Amino acid sequence: MQTWSLVSICVLLAIIARWGVSLNSYSGAGKPPMFGDYEAQRHWQEVTYNLPIQEWYFNTTNNDLNYWGLDYPPLTAYHSWICAYIAKTINPEWVELHKSRGYESTQHKLFMRMTVLVADLLIYIPAVVLYCLYLTDGSSKKKVSIMFCFLLYPGLILIDYGHFQYNGVSLGFALWGILALGLGWDVLGSMAFSLALNYKQMELYHALPFFCYLLGKCIKTGLIGRGLFLLVRIGVTVLATFALCWLPFLAEPSQAMQVVRRIFPVARGLFEDKVANTWCSLNTLIKIKSILSGDSQLYLSLACTLLAVLPSCIRLLTKPTFWHFKLALVSVFGIQHWAVFKPTGLKCNEICYACPFLVFVCSMLPLFLKDGLLVPYIVTSLGFLFFSIYLLSALDHCSEDKLRLGAYNKLFYCLFIPWGNHFLHFYISIAAMVGLSIATAVLIPPPHLPDLFPVLVSTTAFLHFLGTFIHFNVVQFSEPPSRKSQKKSN
Amino acid sequence: SQQHVNVISCIRSTDFEVHRNWLAITHSLPVSRWYYENTSEWTLDYPPLFAWFELGLSQVARRFDANMLQVENLNYASPATVLFQRLSVIVTDVVFIYAARECCRCVREPKGSRDVLSRPSFVLAVLLLWNFGLLVVDHIHFQYNGFLFGFLLLSVAKHLQSQHLQGALLFAFLLNLKHIYLYVAPAYGVYLLRSYCFAQDNKDGSVRWSSFSPLRLLALGAIVTSVCALSFGPFIAMGQLPQVLSRLFPFKRGLCHAYWAPNIWALYNVLDKSLAVLGVRLKLLEEAELPPASMTGGLVQEFEHSVLPSVTPAVTLVCTLLSILPAVASIWLRPHGAQGFLRCLLLCALGCFMFGWHVHEKAILIAILPLSILAVESREDAGIFLILTTTGHYSLFPLLFTPAELPIKVVLMLMFTIFSFTALRKLHSAQGSLLHPLEVIYLLGLVAVAIACEVVFPLSPWQQRLPFLPLLVTSVYCAMGVCYAFLRLYASLLLRREEKPKQL
Repeated sequence: MQTWSLVSICVLLAIIARWGVSLNSYSGAGKPPMFGDYEAQRHWQEVTYNLPIQEWYFNTTNNDLNYWGLDYPPLTAYHSWICAYIAKTINPEWVELHKSRGYESTQHKLFMRMTVLVADLLIYIPAVVLYCLYLTDGSSKKKVSIMFCFLLYPGLILIDYGHFQYNGVSLGFALWGILALGLGWDVLGSMAFSLALNYKQMELYHALPFFCYLLGKCIKTGLIGRGLFLLVRIGVTVLATFALCWLPFLAEPSQAMQVVRRIFPVARGLFEDKVANTWCSLNTLIKIKSILSGDSQLYLSLACTLLAVLPSCIRLLTKPTFWHFKLALVSVFGIQHWAVFKPTGLKCNEICYACPFLVFVCSMLPLFLKDGLLVPYIVTSLGFLFFSIYLLSALDHCSEDKLRLGAYNKLFYCLFIPWGNHFLHFYISIAAMVGLSIATAVLIPPPHLPDLFPVLVSTTAFLHFLGTFIHFNVVQFSEPPSRKSQKKSN
Repeated sequence: SQQHVNVISCIRSTDFEVHRNWLAITHSLPVSRWYYENTSEWTLDYPPLFAWFELGLSQVARRFDANMLQVENLNYASPATVLFQRLSVIVTDVVFIYAARECCRCVREPKGSRDVLSRPSFVLAVLLLWNFGLLVVDHIHFQYNGFLFGFLLLSVAKHLQSQHLQGALLFAFLLNLKHIYLYVAPAYGVYLLRSYCFAQDNKDGSVRWSSFSPLRLLALGAIVTSVCALSFGPFIAMGQLPQVLSRLFPFKRGLCHAYWAPNIWALYNVLDKSLAVLGVRLKLLEEAELPPASMTGGLVQEFEHSVLPSVTPAVTLVCTLLSILPAVASIWLRPHGAQGFLRCLLLCALGCFMFGWHVHEKAILIAILPLSILAVESREDAGIFLILTTTGHYSLFPLLFTPAELPIKVVLMLMFTIFSFTALRKLHSAQGSLLHPLEVIYLLGLVAVAIACEVVFPLSPWQQRLPFLPLLVTSVYCAMGVCYAFLRLYASLLLRREEKPKQL
């Protein structure tokens, strides 16, 4: 069958999956007084539509920052304004100042879900389709399979269409950036990534690899001459994009400072809820929160983050190839939790990598249970697992050489961890995930350990992250696949 | 008209409650009350075997939520109830999946290596399992058609594999599960009598009366009677047969369902209405003489036509029999083996759909699903399939009318249409194009109708005055396509009479 028909069918299937999840509950449904992320997004529409720009990020009588104050960069605010404009034409009650707090209705839910779908259709899905068709290797069937698995990733679907967020927009912009860099359009790529940054500040995690790759590329092309010219063009583009997005706030320094203060709330602690990162897991052994002060926690976190990404970034500076760039992006993600969705597609072409990505989804199960999204979680995870196993392993046999597990294996033998066939590891991980999912959903934890299951899930996920992180660092420092080195892409 | 609109929405989205009610009736009441119970308006109107099936389901339902099994709990829809009902449809679809697999095994594979996506059996599997109509009717609107169609397709597959007794047994079960399959019973009856009971044919293909095998006839008779006894037995013993039959065949309902199925009577109604309007305009008729409420009122009762003669159940029966007579006669006089039987089955299903009394638009699936088997093997059938399927599926759109379901039905329809067009075109690419340009224009017109009905009309001022208009337009436009497909299928059967049968 022709590629276009296969691609359109896969995209339509992805849309069905998304809309199917949309029909379920959302975060904070029917839970006054604060509700959840859904109410936060609705409230931002209310605020941006009714108040002048100068008041959006400030605490005024009309804008109570304690009730879901804006804490994303301006592009999110503009997007909310557009949605609010449409909402007002359909039903003004949805965005009436103050009176619409906690507004919930079936019509409104449909409208909100529609905004997520439209944003996805315009930004995220085209980026995925183009990326998979142009920047992955293999036959056209393999590209379509990768694209399909990429689009079906449960994590993004459940968070965006279930819990309710707009991650598709920021990830979409970032993916456009990666796509542009892969095709050699560095200026456009940096503009796209700046847009992503201006939508959600969490994209900062990916900023370091972008920066190191582009800088390394400029250095490689020669700092005197073309390299410098490229550097200047990229710099000007980035500054111009930022200026354009922040234009209304640049009139007064206090405006800009307030936005920055809202975007980076350093007053919060090291971790919230039971997140699947280093600190939460460490907390089970050493009670970090009680040992260190708030400021020290912040500096410790910053220092460790930078140290962890340093090796891959330095490698990227010295060898700025697109392949290294992709690996660096993946290595960076293991540090915190939300930004994990991006690397899925980058390495989706090997079945074994599907496993850590599913583990990330499993690590969010406590959140999904709170939102009443158990059935969509089960269905989408099973679907993703089934399709990735069926489509990808049929097309691509994982050989040890391809995964360059040699060095990885040696590392684990040193640590005395038994490491058999890597497929065995894959099935053990899946089994662990299934077991933990069932336990979290069904069993009641013992009374003296009320958070037993969320913490267990977080720790398991963290171990997977650690393993994946080390693996990708190891891979990045070994040589690229033989056929690439022949192409002299450096 | 406000009241009429309310009635329409009451009539439509109720299959869920219907089945819950039947679970309750079969679980909580003794067998003797099943066909007399009428606390709810959704009385038991399927044959007894389906009631036994619901009884079995109710045993499992008890573990989900026992409250749904109380007859008094009308419109009870707790999350556990919904989950159980949806899961039951998914689980019983196993029968359908098995049947689809059997059908794929019957399909001839052309020689030469092809990749998986271009093999006829794969295309057939997707056309059956991902059939838009079945997905929408079963999983969104709620019925057990996957389960029932599994029986039909399995029976057809058995006949294609020459295992006639098994095929007959499966069809007997099917008839006792849902009596709408009476539509295709003539095809079964004549085919089995002609090709199974008469073991051999003469050289020119006509009947060899001497080869009649009473043993085979007896076997068939035994199968049918034993299945019917299993199903109806208790009710005959209790003397309730007339009551059961009156529930199964409620002729008090009107010629057309609230939303007209796209058959001949839809065209007849429109003709009648246009003549009436024209007559009033041209002062040939007095407006006061016309019957007050019309079919477009949407109430499911008996109404009269204004200008053209009214249609009674007897008339529809005669028309139906006349329409299927040539097909049935054809497989009696010149049987073409199991392929001819399949074609005759399709024509019986379509004929009954076209001319039947109170036909529901979902019945088009009885014709669409078996036609998929023929479509992957012959180019001409593929063309007919594309027309029938696209129009038939589009005619199901009014079943889903809430805004939440709009993206689902549009996306699913697009998916199925893209797949069926591209896959069939690739399969038959060597033999030329599948569709005539005029047919393509007609199908594109469907898109225009869809946009007009789903998007333009709700935002236009006519929404209040003529709420029935989009349904009318959909009915009539699709009726034309269905009629056309019916005529073409007939032509393909009758014109084949002159050729030697392709396989025996």
